[in-house]
Amino acid sequence: MTTRPAYSQESPFKIHGGCGLMGICDETGRRFSGSVALESMAVLHERGNGLGGGFAGYGIYPEFPDHFAFHMMYHDTKGKEEAEAVFDEYFEVDLAEPMPTRVVKGITGAPLLWRYFLRPYTHKVESAEMTPEDYVVHVVMLINSTIDGAFVASSGKNMGAFKGVGYPEEIGHYFLLDEYEGHTWVGHNRFPTNTPGWWGGAHPFTLLDWSIVHNGEISSYGINSRYLEQFGYKCTLGTDTEVAAYLFDLLLRRHRLPLSLACKALASPLWSEIDRMPEEQRELMTTLRAVYGPAMLNGPFAIVLGFNGGMVALNDRIKLRPLVAARKGDVLMVASEESAIREVMPDPDSLWAPKAGEPVVARIKGMDWPIHGDLHLAPSEISCAVTGVEDSCDTVEVS
Amino acid sequence: MGKETNPMATAGPIEGYLKVEPEVTVDGDTVTLDARGVYYRNLNAAVRAAFAEGAKTVNLRNVNGQRYIGNGVSGAGLRIEIDGVPGNDLAMFMDGPTVVVRGNAQDGVGNTMNAGTVYVHGDAGDVLGYGMRGGKVFVHGDVGYRVGIHMKAYENLVPIMCCGGKARDFFGEYMAGGVLVLLGHHTQFESQPLVGGFCGSGMHGGVIFLRGEVEPWQVGKECGIFTAGEEDMKTLRPVVEEWCSEFGEDPSAVMSGRFTKLVPVSHRPYGKLYTNM
Repeated sequence: MTTRPAYSQESPFKIHGGCGLMGICDETGRRFSGSVALESMAVLHERGNGLGGGFAGYGIYPEFPDHFAFHMMYHDTKGKEEAEAVFDEYFEVDLAEPMPTRVVKGITGAPLLWRYFLRPYTHKVESAEMTPEDYVVHVVMLINSTIDGAFVASSGKNMGAFKGVGYPEEIGHYFLLDEYEGHTWVGHNRFPTNTPGWWGGAHPFTLLDWSIVHNGEISSYGINSRYLEQFGYKCTLGTDTEVAAYLFDLLLRRHRLPLSLACKALASPLWSEIDRMPEEQRELMTTLRAVYGPAMLNGPFAIVLGFNGGMVALNDRIKLRPLVAARKGDVLMVASEESAIREVMPDPDSLWAPKAGEPVVARIKGMDWPIHGDLHLAPSEISCAVTGVEDSCDTVEVS
Repeated sequence: MGKETNPMATAGPIEGYLKVEPEVTVDGDTVTLDARGVYYRNLNAAVRAAFAEGAKTVNLRNVNGQRYIGNGVSGAGLRIEIDGVPGNDLAMFMDGPTVVVRGNAQDGVGNTMNAGTVYVHGDAGDVLGYGMRGGKVFVHGDVGYRVGIHMKAYENLVPIMCCGGKARDFFGEYMAGGVLVLLGHHTQFESQPLVGGFCGSGMHGGVIFLRGEVEPWQVGKECGIFTAGEEDMKTLRPVVEEWCSEFGEDPSAVMSGRFTKLVPVSHRPYGKLYTNM
């Protein structure tokens, strides 16, 4: 392996390329080894350049199912001390330990990697008049935006992100992915183009249970991040993909949009397509585009959103990045290339290239939160999001 | 990264392709290579070496995701048979050989191909035949987005592509020459339209044949929509017959359908875009 360019050397350049991604979910909730995700990503080796690889697994901490699991990256012990002071203030810390890793050739310059299993102080959550989830989001934003040298890699329950600078098969090996079992995994191989390759900048990007892996570039980053700031999200990671994770959190968890509508808000149909729709659908899509215009993701993308309860894969509306899907029994899998699927699912029941802008969804039976069903919203009900007042959304009946 | 470059991590899962030579079996002028887990550079070097040593047919077994197979290989009469799913840019810049894929193909098959034939016995992905300037590509099933984009022709170099299933948006976009055929006959998307939107957008040469009807909105404004006539059928028949013969389909069933023909209304649709003054 040749020496990789350092952060400072790499950042002035724009390298054109394509990332690789995968997602796999067993809809029965059965857990399986992270080596499945690793083996699949290894096939997509050529899609990255060694400047970022990562995974997220769900159901991996059955011994701490109700704790918020924080995976942390620290530049130095000062960052660690400051972040731990924040944890002590906001949470009951039930376990703090270094991330288990193994020595892997090719992986160097790792930050200090720690993980924490945390419970929010009930009285503090109540006095802040927040949901526990909003409370956690507040802490994540606080750490990422105010503590120099501390970075939250993931913060959800019974899940975790494992990422860094290297090829995904190296990173997965480094983090002992083969020793974890999960019901849903997403993986990513990075080929940084517009932003530098650094440990925190590797995919997946996460918030609470959400994790996003992304191939492409989000040209609408500026307008998306300004929109998100109005809702208290701070975009601090220097990478466009971050906005996709926060937008899903906003639309699905806080605005409680049905999954199908949230996907249509992010990858809206073209106006020419909307013009050809039946009246009711046309009105809905017109309203959605009007209300969620600043949430629309413009530019080429294929993304996989993982969460506790399933996975969603979505393309931009004219399919400027590849995405293939397959199903074998209860297992749904998506990847940038068919070969990455066949490596671990050699004989699928069905395999297809999803249509642009049409989500591929896996849902684990019995795990409904945080996706609130695919209820139908009338155009008037979407307008609660304009004001950012969430109370008006609570009247929407959840089916 | 293969295993041999990572000696400190011996336990645990596999880490990708091995940078080793594939296992080779020689039988007369047929060479068989086992591609399982072999890095694409090693595999393609072995293919080139086999042809250089006089092989006429190279069989590739257990292919999964190895890129650039058949790239730039020249010489009529050479044959590459692939079991599995080859990686992106199969047969790119290829000049003469025949490539047969017993499975699906990924993105970018026949990219800027010059001569030869590709048969895909499954489906193919996006940007199939991008900038193709000669030779033939046949796909049994469905194809993705941007298929036949910017195919071109010059004198007797006329690329031909025939896709047996359905296609997505931008079919034949910016097409400058050649023959592009879509049959809608062998598809897993029965309920969906034959072709997506923006078909033939910016087209300024060549011809597209679609077996069935299209709505005007599906077609780029640079195209005229016609029903294929007797003369057109003379062009189509040998293409359809070759597709049927390779994939075991019945030519009379395929030819019985009505074909729509798309041709450009101008050979320079953007001629006045920047030079109107």
